[in-house]
Amino acid sequence: MTDPRYTPLRERHEALGASFTDFGGWAMPVRYSSDLAEHHAVRTTAGLFDISHMAEFFVEGEDAGEYLDYALAGRLSTMAVGKAKYSLVLDENGGIVDDVIVYRLGDERFLVIANAGNREPVAAALADRLEKRAVGVVDATDDFSLIAVQGPRARAVLEATDRLEDFDHPLDELKYYAAVAASFDGHPVLIARTGYTGEDGYELLVPNAHAGALWDALLAAGEPIGLVPAGLAARDTLRLEAGMPLYGHELSLDIVPAQAGLGRAVASDKDDFVGRAGLSALVATDSPVLVGLVSEGRRAGRAGYAVMDADGPVGEITSGALSPTLGHPIAMAFVAPALSAPGTELFIDVRGTRIPATVTALPFYRRTK
Amino acid sequence: MTDLNSLKYTAEHEWIAIDGDVATVGITDYAADKLGDVVFVELPAVDSGVSAGQVVGEIESTKSVGELYAPLTGDVVAVNEAVVDDPSLVNSDPFGEGWLVKLRVDGSAPAELIDREAYLALTGGEE
Repeated sequence: MTDPRYTPLRERHEALGASFTDFGGWAMPVRYSSDLAEHHAVRTTAGLFDISHMAEFFVEGEDAGEYLDYALAGRLSTMAVGKAKYSLVLDENGGIVDDVIVYRLGDERFLVIANAGNREPVAAALADRLEKRAVGVVDATDDFSLIAVQGPRARAVLEATDRLEDFDHPLDELKYYAAVAASFDGHPVLIARTGYTGEDGYELLVPNAHAGALWDALLAAGEPIGLVPAGLAARDTLRLEAGMPLYGHELSLDIVPAQAGLGRAVASDKDDFVGRAGLSALVATDSPVLVGLVSEGRRAGRAGYAVMDADGPVGEITSGALSPTLGHPIAMAFVAPALSAPGTELFIDVRGTRIPATVTALPFYRRTK
Repeated sequence: MTDLNSLKYTAEHEWIAIDGDVATVGITDYAADKLGDVVFVELPAVDSGVSAGQVVGEIESTKSVGELYAPLTGDVVAVNEAVVDDPSLVNSDPFGEGWLVKLRVDGSAPAELIDREAYLALTGGEE
């Protein structure tokens, strides 16, 4: 078994007292102080995340847009420069290889950010699907670090960070799901207004050599504003509350987008794309669909626990936790479509105890600010 | 302040304070740190009988669930309602306010209980 990899920010995490966990072959901070404190900080002020384990691919060339239309599920060729878009990489059957965010950096230049655990299959898919196009794909994962600032005060943190400057367009005009080039200490940094927490926030892409200094600068500028370092434990409860899927839980090769409520991510009117044949071959199906479940009390159903109705098992939880912000158990689960209407009363088998749960539309939490 | 050296421990990261025929049981700081923020604690019923090694409750954190084992055979004479109401006491004061159950036992300490030195050796000496 190979040793896990560390990001360039390892020593900083250790100095901050982080506990580490293995994620996709990387040793990442799971918490610094307390999962709950870090979660609450992101909802009230801001949290600072090292997400450098994620994979980055630059896609460049005359046919880059058309290539991505073929290789991915969505329509990327019509994206405006400076915009970001959530998309999926599908296999021939329409199963989900990964969920990604695509950024258009130029007319002929895109950036695809994929999950750490799916770097290899995404790299292989992108390479296989090039065919004879005048497009180059570069796996830049090992050269870049990614730092996220998430929370209602995220913009204030960036504005307070002096050495973050030379924005191509003003930060206060940067819309959600858009990106802007800037510099940190004179080095290029890409700042995207994207995130995985359900709060406002930014993800900053920087070459490894400058990651440490950027982390330090953000933390120093942000501390008076309430910025705290936050780990993967908080990240998981935050994204769950926001109804966001996690690959390996809600998404996998065995799931087609419509099952996970992601039918809108597939531009099925495109001429051709990988997965098209597989998706059209599916007959009207009673495949399980993803729903939200809420319960009373404090005992949460967790991934793998059975969902039941009066007659027996009807599904399975993919992710679940006691929601720190809402104060009650929440879960995402796949259930038969007939049971997926909000208000449907079901049960969760929590280690032998049947806990009532009600189907609800996602997300569980939506920010107001 | 509890004298940690006077306590007994188990390989399941519990501490036991024996006073006459009453044993007070909790989980160690090591266990609480590994669990993370404790959000729910399930304790056995008062007056129930428990056997050494039996699972008698659960300690659930944001990320995982740990089982609470009875370290000794006896009857449950008290459970810590304060922890049921505020599970974070397990994290903030695992050896004090975060105690979990009190058992009436026959006074003998089974071989499976270890002293502090042995427990620290088990956990790699993390104080």
